[in-house]
Amino acid sequence: MPRLLRMSELTRADVAHLASLARIDLSEAELDHLSGELAIILESVATVSSAPIEDVEPMSHPLPLVNVSRPDVVTPSLTPEEALAMAPEAEEQRFSVPRILDED
Amino acid sequence: MTTMTGGTAASAEAVLDYDEVTSAFDPVLGLEVHVELHTATKMFCGCPTTFGAAPNTQVCPVCLGLPGALPVVNAVAVESAIRIGLALNCEIAQWCRFARKNYFYPDMPKNFQISQYDEPIAFNGWLDVEVPAEHGEGTEVFRVEIERAHMEEDTGKSTHIGGLTGRIHGATHSLVDYNRAGIPLIEIVTKPIVGAGERAPEVARAYVATLRDLLKALDVSDVKMEQGSMRCDVNLSLMPKGSSQFGTRSETKNVNSLRSVERAVRFEMCRHGAVLSSGGSIVQETRHWHEDTGVTTSGRVKSDAEDYRYFPEPDLVPIAPSRELVEELRATLPEPPTERRKRLQNGWGFSDLEMRDVVNAGLVELIEETVAAGASPAAARKWWSGEIARRANAEGQDVPTYAGVLGVTPAHVVELESLITSGRLNDSMARQAWEGVLAGEGTPTQVADARGLELVQDTGALEAAVDEVIAANPDIADKIRDGKVQAVGALIGQVMKAMKGQADAAAVRELIIGKLT
Amino acid sequence: MTSADLTRRTAAELADLLASGEVSAREVTAAHLERTRAVDDRTHAYLHVDEEGALAAADEVDRKRRAGETLHAAAGVPIAVKDVLVTRGLPTTCGSRILEGWIPPYDATVVRRLKDAGLPILGKTNMDEFAMGSSTEHSAYGPTRNPWDLERIPGGSGGGSSAVVASHQAPWAIGTDTGGSIRQPAAVTGSVGVKPTYGGVSRYGLVALASSLDQAGPCTRTVLDAALLHEIIGGHDPMDSTSIAGPVPPVVEAARRADVSGTRIGIVKELSGEGFQAGVQQRFDESVQHLVDAGAEVVEVSCPSFTYALATYYLILPSEASSNLAKFDAMRYGLRVWPEGIEDPSAEQVMAATRDAGFGDEVKRRIILGTYALSSGYYDAYYGSAQKVRRLIANEFAAAFEQADVLVSPTAPTTAFRFGEKLDDPMAMYLNDIATIPANLAGIPGISVPSGLAPEDGLPTGFQVLAPAMADDRLYAVGAALEARLEAEWGGSLLGRAPDVQSLPLPAAVPATHTTEA
Ligand SMILES: [Mg+2]
Ligand SMILES: [Zn+2]
Repeated sequence: MPRLLRMSELTRADVAHLASLARIDLSEAELDHLSGELAIILESVATVSSAPIEDVEPMSHPLPLVNVSRPDVVTPSLTPEEALAMAPEAEEQRFSVPRILDED
Repeated sequence: MTTMTGGTAASAEAVLDYDEVTSAFDPVLGLEVHVELHTATKMFCGCPTTFGAAPNTQVCPVCLGLPGALPVVNAVAVESAIRIGLALNCEIAQWCRFARKNYFYPDMPKNFQISQYDEPIAFNGWLDVEVPAEHGEGTEVFRVEIERAHMEEDTGKSTHIGGLTGRIHGATHSLVDYNRAGIPLIEIVTKPIVGAGERAPEVARAYVATLRDLLKALDVSDVKMEQGSMRCDVNLSLMPKGSSQFGTRSETKNVNSLRSVERAVRFEMCRHGAVLSSGGSIVQETRHWHEDTGVTTSGRVKSDAEDYRYFPEPDLVPIAPSRELVEELRATLPEPPTERRKRLQNGWGFSDLEMRDVVNAGLVELIEETVAAGASPAAARKWWSGEIARRANAEGQDVPTYAGVLGVTPAHVVELESLITSGRLNDSMARQAWEGVLAGEGTPTQVADARGLELVQDTGALEAAVDEVIAANPDIADKIRDGKVQAVGALIGQVMKAMKGQADAAAVRELIIGKLT
Repeated sequence: MTSADLTRRTAAELADLLASGEVSAREVTAAHLERTRAVDDRTHAYLHVDEEGALAAADEVDRKRRAGETLHAAAGVPIAVKDVLVTRGLPTTCGSRILEGWIPPYDATVVRRLKDAGLPILGKTNMDEFAMGSSTEHSAYGPTRNPWDLERIPGGSGGGSSAVVASHQAPWAIGTDTGGSIRQPAAVTGSVGVKPTYGGVSRYGLVALASSLDQAGPCTRTVLDAALLHEIIGGHDPMDSTSIAGPVPPVVEAARRADVSGTRIGIVKELSGEGFQAGVQQRFDESVQHLVDAGAEVVEVSCPSFTYALATYYLILPSEASSNLAKFDAMRYGLRVWPEGIEDPSAEQVMAATRDAGFGDEVKRRIILGTYALSSGYYDAYYGSAQKVRRLIANEFAAAFEQADVLVSPTAPTTAFRFGEKLDDPMAMYLNDIATIPANLAGIPGISVPSGLAPEDGLPTGFQVLAPAMADDRLYAVGAALEARLEAEWGGSLLGRAPDVQSLPLPAAVPATHTTEA
């Protein structure tokens, strides 16, 4: 079990890094109050690791279902008009997005 | 010797001579191949997967990632994944899950990709490929070990507007078509390939070629590299000879033809070699392959900040393929490519090297079809690996696809061969006819008719031409009379010229020798 | 019959009136729209009212009935839908600025089933932004007020759905429950709310908060109405991989029988006593006694891992939410904000600026928390551990259900609190769901039925019943039995004792709750 962060260890810089991973352009004021609140929440939720969970299988799904699939049969798509109706901008039947910095 | 690569100053990077690289370093290769399955519908929704449809006509709430929409797994995609795993000699998971790979990118509608993480559907396999023997003649089998094959979904396609030739840099904005988003992908990842040495580029190419043949035989994908239905990422690092410590690797993305795979590996080996031998260190980064210039350029640096935050996909339930299903699917596997290759090679009477070239050029199916259509194996090999292969290579395309583009078919080869065997065309005329076919002038017969290609059957005209040439070259004629038969070539050439090429060279030779001995 | 009379009827009664032809669907629908026009300025329970669409749907039902077509038993009884379920052609915002003006091109399966049954959709109800909250104070469009006291919260996240029902703006409504968002609002508004078994109701078209916890369900004034609605929306959906391929449990029959004789009622030690308001606990104890008087047996069960439930929930939920909410990125739909002071911004910068401007504080808080809990190096300690505790909790439920047929607790630890009271203390806010969260973690069904008014403040209290997965019918048997005995004691429904919202003074503006960047 890795050592857990203490509340003082979640720094403002950590929060700024998490915000950039989550693509949220937090203001300085937001960074200030969020890092305080998150530290408190984090300290509280970290208690999960003190539960008797050794040798316990993680539970990712509430029901033990497996092998749910669908046949490979075409169903109707949206029309391009429906697909693009809510786009902030569209051009040539495509979604127009601001310039992209790098390919992935 | 270190030289600079061509192109602009900004992209010029030092490269080391290939022989110097291989004498000082051992390459470690890793190949990641993404294959689009040719299922009727997408991985998680019922939208069709037709290539080349008008933009955003094959999208729905699921593959557009609209709020509230949920994925449901395509049963045929799972079966295809299992069949691919089995064909790659993998173990098939008893139980596995999908996972979300979280990162933001505009052509990925949900900003996460449904993929598989630590529980792939297939793992621990191998694929044998044929490469030139390390010492001496012939070929030998090189075993590429497979780490895993897992299922995931493709992204949409961005067109960059305002920059140069659709490049991302300098673009003002991009237009996104999500038709491709959600098409089932199988990602096949090799274990680190060590021990290939100087043959690493050929091993890489042979692996991708063999894999492509295998997937084609499985009938799970179109495997059209030029359309992106099969895409290859090349990981490469060097370690000093004698070391077993892997070096820092580069990851060259989207190397999308067999020839490019070979070239990209070679280039990266030379680039790494130059950096390392001058005391530098390799940056772990993605690199972009440039087909036109044959070089890679720096892409995104892989930093610690890259954190995909994988976790089990809560909207999908685990997959637990029954052993019965796995065995049922195993029974549907085609003949393994190596066995098939041996069988075909024996039947065709090709040498090891001929067969290897045929495999690496992706010609196996084409030759098979051509032989089935009535051509001799030698003729099929000769015509498909000649001029058309040179042109396809120059276009950066595979021969079968290029032939498709030109509309050239196995029937054309059959017809061409019969024009030779029937005695209408000699070899050089057949080449001219073939060129005409490649130029879209029609079938071989149509080209021959149109260009007036026909061996002269009139022996009178031929004899007259021979007599004329003998009379005009008394010195040579004397030599032949004295027994120097090899001198006949000079006379044949002149007769052929006089006949405007429309004579059978062998008949001319016989005629001359008959008259002079 | 006056329109006021029609809004006082239960859904079951309205269905009968409609079937007998005593009233038309248009009259019933119009009565509720009229009521909404009269009181929604006080409750702010709706984000969008679709008068035209609802009346058109009602007219269609009336036309079919006149034509003698076979109709669903509830056809023509109008309904309100939480704004987290997508409705084709009707705005769907999830209480967020980031989806302001978004009109979905498709219907959620639940919505489809409502329409197929002929239920006119009155409108979309208010909620905490993306269902994150227990008070609706986190709605970007201002909070909903509790019909019992306009200075107080109606619960959350589905405060709008419970409030439209409690204030007679709709006979019934759809809510969604990720950690108590149907049951806790029901408790604090004196109404009934059911979270079905996970997988019992399709999630297709439910804008996901936490995929492994979310479940849509009924918000009603009576247990029978909840069962009728459950039957309409429940059942297998091939569009949802986590949907259960089996019949809907016999919920209506159970609600009508209302029989608890011989039922073993388990009191969960960890879900009462300390931390629960005295009057809430008192009404709970009295309710248990009612069930005993009706023939049930009482056993005490202990589920020690429940003490970790809140921590577990506040790791799993933000983790899944951080991923689910990544799609709101200004590229394909919704808000697009260009960052100020940046010339020629990139897609990345537009995404980040939009998500900062479009999401409220609570959403950002949870996205950051979830991003952290999933990040490499911390996954095992946080998300991984939480998934293991989740298994412990499910195992303890399974063991408890060996001893008891159903488990009971107060639904919420307190009655409705005042606006702003817990807004600055996220942990205090999270405690509201302490009794409801374990059911979501385990995927089991739960109901909240009114248990009375707390003597100290005269505000409604709720009684929660939990059952094993797929045994949703037990909730209705116990809930209906309790409801019958309590209503006999009270001489009518609890909501019958609520003040008439229309006569309450229009409140001063509630405290500004949704802080957006200046
Ligand atoms: Mg991948
Ligand atoms: Zn689709």
